[in-house]
Amino acid sequence: MNTTFRALMGACAFAALATAATSETITVATVNNGDMIRMQGLMEDFYAKHPDIQVEWVTLEENVLRQRVTQDVATKGGQFDVMTIGTYEVPIWGERGWLVSLDDLPAEYDVDDILPAIRGGLTVDGHLYAAPFYGESSMVMYRTDLMEAAGLEMPDAPTWDFIKQAAAAMTDKDNEVYGICLRGKAGWGENMAFLSAMANSYGAKWFDMDWKPQFDSEAWAATLNDYLDLMTNYGPPGASGNGFNENLALFQTGKCGMWIDATVAASFVTNPNDSQVADKVGFALAPDNGLGKRGNWLWAWNLGIPAGTKNEAAAKTFVEWATSKDYTALVASKEGWANVPPGTRTSLYENPEYQKVPFAQMTLESINAADPQNPTVDEVPYVGVQFVAIPEFQGIGTAVGQQFSAALAGQVTAEQALKNAQMLTEREMMKAGYIK
Amino acid sequence: MARSVSTQRKLVTTVFAWAIGIAIFFPILWTILTSFKTEAAAIADPPVWFNFHWTLENYATVQERSNYFRHFMNSVIISGGSTLLGLIIAVPAAWAMAFVPARRTKDVLMWMLSTKMLPPVGVLVPIYLLFRDLGLLDTRIGLVIVLTLINLPIIVWMLYTYFKEIPGEILEAARMDGATLRSEIIHVLTPMAIPGMASTVLLNIILAWNEAFWTLNLTAAKAAPLTAFIASYSSPEGLFYAKLSAASTMAIAPILIMGWFSQKQLVRGLTFGAVK
Repeated sequence: MNTTFRALMGACAFAALATAATSETITVATVNNGDMIRMQGLMEDFYAKHPDIQVEWVTLEENVLRQRVTQDVATKGGQFDVMTIGTYEVPIWGERGWLVSLDDLPAEYDVDDILPAIRGGLTVDGHLYAAPFYGESSMVMYRTDLMEAAGLEMPDAPTWDFIKQAAAAMTDKDNEVYGICLRGKAGWGENMAFLSAMANSYGAKWFDMDWKPQFDSEAWAATLNDYLDLMTNYGPPGASGNGFNENLALFQTGKCGMWIDATVAASFVTNPNDSQVADKVGFALAPDNGLGKRGNWLWAWNLGIPAGTKNEAAAKTFVEWATSKDYTALVASKEGWANVPPGTRTSLYENPEYQKVPFAQMTLESINAADPQNPTVDEVPYVGVQFVAIPEFQGIGTAVGQQFSAALAGQVTAEQALKNAQMLTEREMMKAGYIK
Repeated sequence: MARSVSTQRKLVTTVFAWAIGIAIFFPILWTILTSFKTEAAAIADPPVWFNFHWTLENYATVQERSNYFRHFMNSVIISGGSTLLGLIIAVPAAWAMAFVPARRTKDVLMWMLSTKMLPPVGVLVPIYLLFRDLGLLDTRIGLVIVLTLINLPIIVWMLYTYFKEIPGEILEAARMDGATLRSEIIHVLTPMAIPGMASTVLLNIILAWNEAFWTLNLTAAKAAPLTAFIASYSSPEGLFYAKLSAASTMAIAPILIMGWFSQKQLVRGLTFGAVK
C-alpha cells in the first residue's frame, strides 16, 4: 500500500512538473474596468480549454497603461504578449507594422459578426489588427422623474435645442439639481472626447483636407459657445474639473437631470446597489443639429498582439477566446446578460435575452450612429470620431482641452480659447510637417 | 508672569503642531475610512465620517483579485535590496569625503545631488532600452540597481553629514592603536554613526517603497511591487474609490507601521548634530 501510494505521489509530481515545463505563459496588459476584471475571474474556462497556456495579468489605470504599452511596443521591449488598446492606437500602430494581423482567425470565430462601425476602426488597408473586447458610444442619460415634472418628453433622437430647453426646465440650483452634467476636465480623452463629438454634430471639424486647423470656423465658435452656455447656466459648480467619475457620482446621487457620456455608464446608473436613481433613468441618442451627424463618439477596448512577441500562437488563442461568442455566452451564464461586454457583435444584439436589457438597444443605435471613417459633415483627411488618428493628436488634443477647460472655468473667453487653440494646433501641425 | 506666558506659548505651539499633524495625516485617515465603506457611501455627498455601514468587502475583493503577497514581497526585496546595496557603496564614499577630503569634495557632493534634479522621464527611454538589452526588464535585480542609483546621492549626503559630526581624533586614535581601514570603518566609525545610519536606512526604505515612476515603468507581472498593485485599482471609468482605498491601505500599512515603531530612531537620526 505504502509503495503504491509513493508511486502515485511520484507520478503526480512528475505530471505536475511536466505540465509546468510544457506550459507557455503569456502576459496580458489590461485596463481596470468591470468587464476586464470579470474576465480575470472567468479564466478557469480558458485554462480548461487550453491547459498548456498560463496567463499573467498586468492591470493598470487607462493613462498609465497607454503610456506603458506604447513605450513597450515602440521599443520592442517584449514585456507583453497581448495588449489592451483603444481605437485610437490601432490604426496608427497597424500602419507602422507594430501589431500582428488577425486575418487568419478561424471561420468559427465569425469575424463578419463584429459590428461594422467597430471593425472599420480596427482595420488598416483591409487587415484586421485587433479584436474588439468591448465597444461603447455616448448617449443621453436622463432622469425620467425630473423630465416628467418639467412637463417634457425626451425624444429618442433629441436635438441640441431640446437639450437646452430641458436643461433649463430641470435645473433647480437651490436643491442642488443641475439640468446637465458634461465633461469639463482637460484632456484629449476627457473634455475633448465630448467636445469633438459635439463639434461633429455642429458641422465643425479638427482639420480641412489640407490638414489646416479649423478652430477659427463659425461652427467651432457655435459649438464652444453653446457648451459654455449650457454648463454655465445649468451645469454643476466646478465643472471644469469634472470627468466621467465625477459626473457619475453626481448623477448617481441625484444631482444631474441629464448626462451625456459613455454608454458603459448605463450599467452603473441603473445598478440599485450604487445608484440612488437606478429606477428613474431613461436613455436617448446623443443630440444633433439636423446636419446628418450626431454628437456621439465611438470607442472600443481591443486586444492586440505586438509584432515580435515570442508567444504569438498562444496570444492569438487567448485573443480568440476572450473576444468570441462563446465568451459572451459564458459571461451571460455566470453573471447575467446585463454584464456581457457590450458593443462588439451583431449576434449579441439579435439575442432576445440581451434585448431585454434596458439600455441594450440604445447602445447599439448609438454605436451604429457613429462612423469613424466619415466622422464629420464635410470631408476630412482623418479617421476617428472624437479623436484624430495621428500620433500628434494626444498632445494637441490635451493642449486644446486645457484652453476649453480654462474657458469653462472663466479664466479666458470662448473667443480667446479658440484663438489659442487655433494657434497652438497650427504650430504643432507645422512642426510635424502636415502643413508648411 | 513669565511662567504663564511660557505656558500660553506652549499651548499655542502644541495646538499648532497638532493642527499640522492632523492636516498631514488626514488624507491617510480618509483613505483608511473609505476602505471600510461601500462604493455608494464612498461618494456620498455630504461625506459620511464614521456613521456608515462598516464593511470588509473591499479587502476581500482586493485579496481575491490580486496576489497581494507577491507584490508585498517584491516591495520588501526591492526596497531592502536597494538600501543594502546603497549602504555598501555609500559608507566608504561618505567616509572618504568626510575624513579624507580633497580640494573638489564639495563639488563632487553637489554634482551627486544635481543628478536628483533631473526629471526621471528625461532618461526613461535610454534606461528602458538599456534594461531591454540587458534582460533586466521586469526583474527585481533591475529595480534594485535603478533604485540604488536614484537614492545613492541622498544616502551619501546623509552619511557624510553624520560622519562629519564624529571627531576625527577618535579615528586617529584607533589608527594609532593599529586599526586597519576596514576595522576603523566597521568597529569604530559605524557604531558611533548608528543613529544616523539607522535614519538613513529608514528613509531610504521609505523612499524606495513609495517610488512609483520607475517601478511602474520597468515592471510588468513578475517584479511589480505594491505601487503597481495600487495602480491596478485606479480607473477613470468607474467609481471604485472604496476598493482603491482598500488597496492603498494594504500597500501603505507595512511602511506606516514600520515608520510608527521606528519614529524615535528616525527623528533622532534626522536631528543628529542639529543641536550643538
